[in-house]
Amino acid sequence: MNYDAEFLRYLYRRMVSIRLFEEKVGELFLAGELPGFVHLYIGEEAIAVGVCASLTDRDYITSTHRGHGHCLAKGAQILPMMAEIYGKKAGYCKGKGGSMHIADFTVGMLGANGVVGGGYNLAVGAALAAKMRQTGQVAVCFFGDGASNRGTFHEGINMAAAWKLPVIFVNENNQWASTTPCHTTTAIENIADRAAGYGIPGVIVDGNDAFAVYETARQAVERARQGGGPTLIEAKTYRIKGHFVGDPEMYRTKAEVQKHFDENDPLKNFAKKVTAAKWLKQADLDAIQAAVAAEVAQAVEEARRAPYPEDGELFDDLYAEGGLK
Amino acid sequence: MRKITFSEATLEAMTEEMQRDDRVFVMGEDIARQGGIFGQFKGLPQKFGTGRVLDTPISETAIAGAGVGAALAGLRPVVDMHFADFITVCMDEVVNQMAKIRYMFGGQCTIPLVLRAPDGIIRSAAAQHSQSLESWFLHVPGLKVVIPSNPADAKGLLKAAIRSDDPVLYFEHKALFPMKGPVPGGDHVVPIGKASISRAGQDVTIVSYSAMAHRALEAADKLAGQGIEAEVIDLRTISPLDKETIFTSLAKTHRLVIAHEAVKTGGVGAEIAALVAEEALDLLDAPVARLGAPYVPVPFSPSLEKLVKITADDIAGAALAICK
Ligand SMILES: Cc1ncc(C[n+]2csc(CCOP(=O)(O)OP(=O)(O)O)c2C)c(N)n1
Repeated sequence: MNYDAEFLRYLYRRMVSIRLFEEKVGELFLAGELPGFVHLYIGEEAIAVGVCASLTDRDYITSTHRGHGHCLAKGAQILPMMAEIYGKKAGYCKGKGGSMHIADFTVGMLGANGVVGGGYNLAVGAALAAKMRQTGQVAVCFFGDGASNRGTFHEGINMAAAWKLPVIFVNENNQWASTTPCHTTTAIENIADRAAGYGIPGVIVDGNDAFAVYETARQAVERARQGGGPTLIEAKTYRIKGHFVGDPEMYRTKAEVQKHFDENDPLKNFAKKVTAAKWLKQADLDAIQAAVAAEVAQAVEEARRAPYPEDGELFDDLYAEGGLK
Repeated sequence: MRKITFSEATLEAMTEEMQRDDRVFVMGEDIARQGGIFGQFKGLPQKFGTGRVLDTPISETAIAGAGVGAALAGLRPVVDMHFADFITVCMDEVVNQMAKIRYMFGGQCTIPLVLRAPDGIIRSAAAQHSQSLESWFLHVPGLKVVIPSNPADAKGLLKAAIRSDDPVLYFEHKALFPMKGPVPGGDHVVPIGKASISRAGQDVTIVSYSAMAHRALEAADKLAGQGIEAEVIDLRTISPLDKETIFTSLAKTHRLVIAHEAVKTGGVGAEIAALVAEEALDLLDAPVARLGAPYVPVPFSPSLEKLVKITADDIAGAALAICK
């Protein structure tokens, strides 16, 4: 497989954007600068970026509580995301959503979700609309290993399979659901094996390899666009950071985490591969990294200075037609 | 009296009831390995084993539904919802099964189940993690609903709930877990359905519960500074409502303020105001004052979140207005 340099730079830029954004958000949260709570996507960048690279802006995704990566991968901008996490009016949701509820409908990002397993059927519905209107769009639902045990998983996938809807279910199996290891609450080894029960393809992919994820997603998207129906993709990865920033992580050792990161860091994997194949030079990667770092720093400055929503905005956007005060 | 936190008080209740009755067990997400988000289950698996303290999958439907099933089969389950917001995931199990099975089947069975639900606003947790949904369940015959405000009641009501042969929803405000307070030793049980008078007074009655009960007491302090003696009622149970305690107080004060964190529209305050209008209108010398959150989801931004919270000043202001 050969990739053109521009595409590779795009992939790397999106992955680095997520990494640096998340590192900064973690730092700001620990410094007490951010309200609410935040769940970081560090170590899972290859999944969101690999999948979204197979989509267009017109395609849809639904996301999770760990949603910053999905947003950035789908093309959301750093500044309004940062501003939202600060609770500022300049944020994507005018400060009403916060870290767990970022959405950018202009790029088909239908929203992060505070309710685990809340996204399946939104994606199914978006795919239903695409099919009814014959637009050729597809929808992708990202969900965790923990979320795979919600009842909505079954209802959503079954209906999508029965109706051959253009939706791709992307399981991010990072092996942990909060403090609970996946194998203690799930009796099968691979979430993808459940696909057989719905009569759809189930594919396992290395979630730390952006290329593998991209190729797998591309095939699933093609199949969905041609009317072949859903695919269940299980991307195997590992949750490098705590469940939320500030998690004391009493349930696993630092050594376990470090080992996974040393062996499977998706950014390092990517850099190694593209430089070894001489597709990109280290200098290209460094330049991307520097540009993103500057953009993140700039976003923090602006978000910090930006005003909070004003009192009079409390009731705005409750109803499209206006409403009670 | 010794002082312990709200979280420790619930843990004592769990420990004592699990020791007392081996049919009692608990299940929910992240409770055995983590000890609960608020430390409210810490140490239970060490004492009782993971056979009676179960970490579940993220499956609220199964947690609540299997709780009902286990109760039908003779156990006394305590099931944890992680956050009260996720009761929405298992509304069938709570509303159509848990609440109705005994009545529908002509009283053939009992459902001695407790559903624990940490609720309320803390630290910009935003729209899907901040709700106070307790009033929904007043509208469902067959359920009991308790909602303590302090460690002593937290312990006593949890013990009563576990001993109850009917399903009890136990709402516990997230901001209360670290709060310390005196808790009597021994077998401290608080009866379900009985309000408490947390401050006596004769000028105005302030009815409240959960975290808002503390704002009500602060308001009473402020009012005392202005020569108004408020009687503060902490409902503790909202279904069944202890209307006698409210009416008895009104017979003395003739003025009523009701305050809760939940949305005002359709809230517990609405039910109380309606009861007073129907059955005790003669006792009132002034219109009822109801305080609750504005009709809007809880927003994330701290600048907006503070607008949906009822403060002691709000309560004192409302009381003053009807005491003029
Ligand atoms: C319906 C519901 N139940 C419980 C929670 C609390 N909760 C938030 S994230 C989480 C773990 C999610 O695990 P997983 O789906 O594997 O995603 P990950 O955090 O690993 O990305 C839990 C239990 C929730 N938000 N929604």
